[in-house]
Amino acid sequence: MNFDDIKNVAEILLQYLPNTLKLFAWTLVLSIPVGVIVTWLKKCRFKPISWLTNLYILIMRGTPLMLQIIAVYYAIPMLMAGARKSGADNWFYTLLGKINTRDENYMFIALVVAFVLNYAAYFAEIFRGGIESIPVGQYEASSMLGMTKMQTFFRIILPQVVKRVIPATSNEVIVLVKDTSLANVIAFAEITLKSKQMMNTYSSIVPLFVAGVFYFIMNAIVTVAFVYIEKKFNYYK
Amino acid sequence: MAILEVKNLSKTFGDLKVLKDISFNVEQGQVVAIIGPSGSGKSTLFRCINMLERADSGEITVSGLKMMTTEKNKAVFAPSKILRQIRLKIGLVFQNFNLFPHMSVMQNIIEAPTHVLKQSKKEAKANAEKLLEKMGLEEKAKSYPCELSGGQQQRVSIARALALNPEILFFDEPTSALDPELTGEILKVIKELAKEKMTMVIVTHEMAFAREVANHVIFMDGGYIVEEGDPEELFGNTQNERTKQFLQRYNN
Repeated sequence: MNFDDIKNVAEILLQYLPNTLKLFAWTLVLSIPVGVIVTWLKKCRFKPISWLTNLYILIMRGTPLMLQIIAVYYAIPMLMAGARKSGADNWFYTLLGKINTRDENYMFIALVVAFVLNYAAYFAEIFRGGIESIPVGQYEASSMLGMTKMQTFFRIILPQVVKRVIPATSNEVIVLVKDTSLANVIAFAEITLKSKQMMNTYSSIVPLFVAGVFYFIMNAIVTVAFVYIEKKFNYYK
Repeated sequence: MAILEVKNLSKTFGDLKVLKDISFNVEQGQVVAIIGPSGSGKSTLFRCINMLERADSGEITVSGLKMMTTEKNKAVFAPSKILRQIRLKIGLVFQNFNLFPHMSVMQNIIEAPTHVLKQSKKEAKANAEKLLEKMGLEEKAKSYPCELSGGQQQRVSIARALALNPEILFFDEPTSALDPELTGEILKVIKELAKEKMTMVIVTHEMAFAREVANHVIFMDGGYIVEEGDPEELFGNTQNERTKQFLQRYNN
């Protein structure tokens, strides 16, 4: 491959970069709040809810994200096929029938659902660790000052948890940048899929390297951002 | 008037009876030191009175408000509204300070006045400045706890407790996390407060400290109050064998 070919590859990948970034951004924005909810469910005093949450976390962390993507993506077509066979005719199957699985939007939503379910499980464990690392003395001091449970959590505990979970969260976000490449498994048009296709066109491995450079630059930016955030929280120990 | 009345207080952890029938009073303006060996129950007593632990039976009354009573051998606690009122009458200074690390000294002190007592920020700040001056920390208002020495942190935590205007102030081994040289700082502050007739209860391991600051001493051992009285009497001339033995070990 000559320089012009590489430039051409880079330009094509650049066209599909927004797809990669869209998946990254939606996953990040949704999985953090979902992770908070999962933490809360796991710490729920009503045991069955806590057990179910544990099971969910176990499955999400215990199986490959790639399998989860495939499972979520094919779940609806399979349910539809099952419905046709059994001749069921209720509102649920009517609703399923309206979904067009070849639609770009459907594919993207399935991906975001799979990514968010998976990442929320990891984030939940990070947040739980953060909450449990706050010394009991902080709760005792808050109660001594007459603060309510809500005040204690939002004004005393949470700000300290945020600082403590930043390093682990930055790890997770860096992995997420790279994990977006798994979306190629259902032929979502992101940069890994495109570079694989160009590898065939050019009979060369260079397009993969170009994709690698794209991921590397994205993660360099993520790293710099987290260094900045960590610094922001450095005003106390 | 007794600010704190404790009657027949008992507490068991599993099979272990930690407090056995403890009764004592603390009068307005008194400085009471609670001493005793490790495992004597003094920390548990302290935690029960400060609602960090729930006693099994007995009675606790704080300036006329009943925190707990016992009916048919079962502890009955006051409704949470009353408990909250009592909470605000009691100030607490912890052994390891438990300051809020993410807040400056000033924020630490005004947090509860503004969010619990709903004072205006201006009012709370003015009050906090007075307290900091009293603690000799007027220049540290903008510092964070991690930038202060242990003695300074302990004085901030005293100011934080005083900001709620408590009627009685409790100290849980206030000097045991400190360098012996820094103990003097805290001693000075407590003496200052004693002059202003602040009612205080101090759990401590340091006999010299207790002797110097307290005007009433309670000696606990094995879950009982073995002896209580005037510090000069108790430290200098006790007739009780157990107290003698304990003090002797300390003096050696």
